[in-house]
Amino acid sequence: MINLLVLPLLIPLLTAALLIFLAKSLKAQRILSVISAIGTLTASIILLLTVKKNGIQTVNVGSWDAPFGITLVSDTLSALLVTTSSLITLCVILYSIRSIGTARERFYYYPVVQFLLVGVNGAFTTGDIFNLFVFFEVMLMSSYVLIVIGGTRIQLRESIKYILVNVISSALFVIAVAMLYSVVGSLNMADISQRIAEIGHLPILTVIAVLFLIVFGLKGAIFPLYFWLPGSYYAPPVPILALFGSLLTKVGVYSILRSYSLFFYHDQAFTHELLGILAIITIIVGCIGAIAYWDVKKIVIYNIIIAVGVLVFGISVATEETYKGTVFYTIHDMIVKAALFLLIGVMIKITGTSDLRKMGGLMKKYPLLGWTFLVASFALAGIPPLSGFVGKLLIVRGGLAEGEYVGSLVVLLSSLVVLYSVIKIFMNGFWRAPKDYPGEENQPVMSLWVPGAILVLASAFYGVGAELMYPIISQATDALVHPAIYIDAVLKE
Amino acid sequence: MKTNDVILQTTSKVVFFIIILFAIHLFFAGHYHPGGGFVGGLMTSGAIVLLLLAFDIKTVAKGFPIDYKILIGVGLLFAIGTAAGSLIFNVPFFTHVFGDVYLPLFGETSLHTAMLFDLGVYLVVIGVTMTIIQTIGESE
Repeated sequence: MINLLVLPLLIPLLTAALLIFLAKSLKAQRILSVISAIGTLTASIILLLTVKKNGIQTVNVGSWDAPFGITLVSDTLSALLVTTSSLITLCVILYSIRSIGTARERFYYYPVVQFLLVGVNGAFTTGDIFNLFVFFEVMLMSSYVLIVIGGTRIQLRESIKYILVNVISSALFVIAVAMLYSVVGSLNMADISQRIAEIGHLPILTVIAVLFLIVFGLKGAIFPLYFWLPGSYYAPPVPILALFGSLLTKVGVYSILRSYSLFFYHDQAFTHELLGILAIITIIVGCIGAIAYWDVKKIVIYNIIIAVGVLVFGISVATEETYKGTVFYTIHDMIVKAALFLLIGVMIKITGTSDLRKMGGLMKKYPLLGWTFLVASFALAGIPPLSGFVGKLLIVRGGLAEGEYVGSLVVLLSSLVVLYSVIKIFMNGFWRAPKDYPGEENQPVMSLWVPGAILVLASAFYGVGAELMYPIISQATDALVHPAIYIDAVLKE
Repeated sequence: MKTNDVILQTTSKVVFFIIILFAIHLFFAGHYHPGGGFVGGLMTSGAIVLLLLAFDIKTVAKGFPIDYKILIGVGLLFAIGTAAGSLIFNVPFFTHVFGDVYLPLFGETSLHTAMLFDLGVYLVVIGVTMTIIQTIGESE
């Protein structure tokens, strides 16, 4: 089946179209959404196994040969990310069924989540820079709907900011693609890489690289372009926040990783140095936010920014080891962030507030929730043998080997801050004297806990089974370190 | 004050059909000549908007008892279905076929599966534009 890699895009797209007809029947919407998410996950796992066995898969859409048509490329990295996104979306849909509320469900919540998955999976899969823009737009359109759905006051205020930032960055994206096209005369990513290698290093390419960094940095929330993120992500309800926090920023990071390893690796003294400095400041800013707030949502949101900084630092060092670390850490962070968001979502549901000072004593009544949260916190901070450890170890070791002492030290110290910030949630939320919360009996705590627990379990397996994952991760890294592998697979030379 | 818009209403009834016919012409002109589903759809919704201006939402809704959001779904299914047909024949996604077919009334006609995809685009464009315009209009 040569179209295998299209399935993780096609299944959610088809489901989204079908769900539009089922707007009246919430039950049918829920069932179809879950079935389709399971289908997408299955398809992407099969894809991952196929890519692992047979190497990079490509489809020339519409039978127009590369580099003239649009090529969809699934290497191990993108198959891994597609699988992770599909898993997270499945868990978020399961969580939404009992928590998002019928008003939002009636206003096309489920179709839009499916469209978001199309955009995210598409951005991970495409091998064409303009097509990447298109999938970014698909993803952004859906996120516009998700951020405003429900129409509460704070959502309306933040959505204006969010849309404004993203419209500007989309315009910059088109400008950057046009500039790149005017220099190299191609849109196919493999072909661009080859042509840049042929013409050698031109100063204009460095300008374009920085322009792309601004575009992807706005999506991925690196310093100083993260300013919109804490406010905007705070507005929507928890399941949507989990989707945004674990998927959208990672699409930005993936795009930086792909473009900086495939095209812009000729002037590393400037581009990667800049990336490194920004990464370090991003981590520090994230740390300050994570310590400063007493609001559980805000604390985890600032942890997103720390993670983005760590990943971008891994990309900036650009050795095989840090690439491995970055890939490993990206997958880990997507899973564990989604898990954390879903778990604090349960806490907010029980207590009816996101203010940590008003919580307390949840351990007594909800021990399972407490322990799951603790495991997730340890995984986030990178305590061995959980999944955060291996990625950070590889990034820090690679950084030290390259003499990036400041960055490596900041990454190490940031782990302490991360640990402190999530343990603060644990100690204040789960310990202390139990309180009575009005209406807590009516909350479906167990069924809300399950999706989060699935993700924590996945994260634990990912960490303990790092040995099993290692060959897949290093296969994913090969195409980053040696662009020739990617180019040969696409252009079939 | 009650405005008298009898001239507008009478002319738009006639102009509406001219615009619709031209939109259909544009739609079929697509592929080999300038035109296609997108511009055809825009023009069709332009015609409906003209009716909305001349009459009001209720009258137009009586004339076109369609839920435009459903129209988006139908259009998407057409577009996705055409693209996904390639899965059955195991050729790369989105591969189209075309050929000359003899049809009873039309004679030798050039048919292209891209037309089906374009029909999907046409429906989605009408659905989206009309949904947007109606939503804005209703709030007044």
